[in-house]
Amino acid sequence: MPSISGTAFGIATLVKALLFFTLLMLGVMLATIVERKIAGFIQDRSGPNRVGPWGILQVIADGIKNIIKEETMPREAIEPFFLLAPALAIIPGTVLFAIIPFASPLPTRWGLVEMIVADVPIGFLYVLAIASIGVYGVAMGGWASGSKYSLLGGLRGSAQMISYEVALALSLVPLILLAGDLRAPEIVSMQQTFTAGPPTYAVWFIAPLLLGTFLFFVSGLAETNRLPFDLPEAEAELITGYHTEYSAMKFSMFMIGEFAHVITTAALVTVFFLGGWDIPLWRGDNIRVLADGSVIGDPTWWKTVLTAGMFAAKTGVVVVLFMWIRWTLPRFRYDQLMDLGWKFMLEAVTVYILVIAGTILGIESVGIEVGPLYAGILFAVNLVLAALVIFVMDRGTLIKGAAHGARHDARIAAHGVPRLAAAADEGREG
Amino acid sequence: MIVERPEHEGSYVRATAKGMGITLRHLLNPNKKTQQYPDEKWELSARLRGTHRMAVHEDGRAKCVACGLCPTVCPVNCIKLVPAEDENGERYAAIYEIDEFRCIFCGYCQEVCPVEAIHLGVHYENSEYSRERWVYDLERLCEQEHPVTALWDPSDPASE
Repeated sequence: MPSISGTAFGIATLVKALLFFTLLMLGVMLATIVERKIAGFIQDRSGPNRVGPWGILQVIADGIKNIIKEETMPREAIEPFFLLAPALAIIPGTVLFAIIPFASPLPTRWGLVEMIVADVPIGFLYVLAIASIGVYGVAMGGWASGSKYSLLGGLRGSAQMISYEVALALSLVPLILLAGDLRAPEIVSMQQTFTAGPPTYAVWFIAPLLLGTFLFFVSGLAETNRLPFDLPEAEAELITGYHTEYSAMKFSMFMIGEFAHVITTAALVTVFFLGGWDIPLWRGDNIRVLADGSVIGDPTWWKTVLTAGMFAAKTGVVVVLFMWIRWTLPRFRYDQLMDLGWKFMLEAVTVYILVIAGTILGIESVGIEVGPLYAGILFAVNLVLAALVIFVMDRGTLIKGAAHGARHDARIAAHGVPRLAAAADEGREG
Repeated sequence: MIVERPEHEGSYVRATAKGMGITLRHLLNPNKKTQQYPDEKWELSARLRGTHRMAVHEDGRAKCVACGLCPTVCPVNCIKLVPAEDENGERYAAIYEIDEFRCIFCGYCQEVCPVEAIHLGVHYENSEYSRERWVYDLERLCEQEHPVTALWDPSDPASE
């Protein structure tokens, strides 16, 4: 069956865009209720359960409440930007979803429809470009509010997101080395048939790129401003940071943006590392549309439905992992956050690229073909690297700041109280 | 503030894994501590001091003799009493209002009442949409049906 083309292609893309947007928003609604349920369960509470069965209608109640609530406009706010910021907060999370292959191609009367809104040839670069835009909503919201708390939150947010973007981008480079293609559907089909010859076993890239998955996930947490990286919100210091001054639906839009970003990041983890819509141990779903439009495999509508379900399940697991982490870990101190980003993640990911590139070069020069053995060697290398990284992180000198305290104490023991503090003490006494 | 801690005791990954384990255990724990309030309610103590109620005679008149002790003893002045006399020369309360919003539920009015007319009650669900509705007049006080608060018994100090 040929791929869909012409006017039908345009219509199909429109329908897909609408469908995906609706699904994403439904996902956001579901994510808010699941988040609150998980928060409740982790704290031995039962979470929202009064509105509808299992509290599922709580989101609708909240939506209605947010729409009919009073919108406030602070006197000091800069109006056009204040209104624009919540919209900008939603955009990156939703637009990023365009390059995510959601299910296997669907055969229709007019041709084969790939279940992806925009199959851009530079999918990977698109991810990086759009992820960078995410900072605008936060920074603009913080600045336009005309409040110091908001401004600080916005500044923190921009500094954090820019810092972790580097690690986010670089952590995907080994993936590109392995997949040999920037297109998301190609990355999925590469994971389904990890071989040069006839299809054998699916190799999800989480195995040959275990550490890369971890680094991408951590940077993703930082990019979405979720705990333990929610410094821009930091209730204890900044009230709620960049959305302090926002009320009603504008606040809600920031929340929708955050959840959309979480879902999209989870979907990216799924596509890049968890095999996308691949159903494990089943080769029937190995359907691949080549660049010239020819199709390998046998697409049917029920396979599309099954793979879509599989994709949703995998994404759901990652989203739950996000939430589980959120309700477990405390927030980083700001210097720890920056240390982790610049002094650890960046170095780790750079070394990781070098090691993986070297390993791939070594394997291929020895003459091992792409396949289980190839992946196995990479997995072994990853295990060693992961053990190393975990050892370094666990030393506590990096994140905890205890070493800084110890050094500080040693300095005081050796040289006495630093001059500035001593002067302040004298001033107080006098 | 930086907590002093020897460098070798520091851990992040192990501590995180441990924490994740703990939260997972709670996540899967089916025994939730939440009390489903409107459906399940607390068992209230017989000595709980809540909404007032006025005791009535068999013919429906309030037992209050408008002696004026309760507004006098009330530490927050939440009781308004205007006494009157009927044709037999018996005193009764022409106006008797308690502002439940202002009341601190100390129970002095119940203790001081010579005819055991005003009582506090074992009842706490009295939310209203306006402050005016919190001022209970005599009629409303007489209509209350919840059990009255038991006074502290010196021979049974723990109320067992």
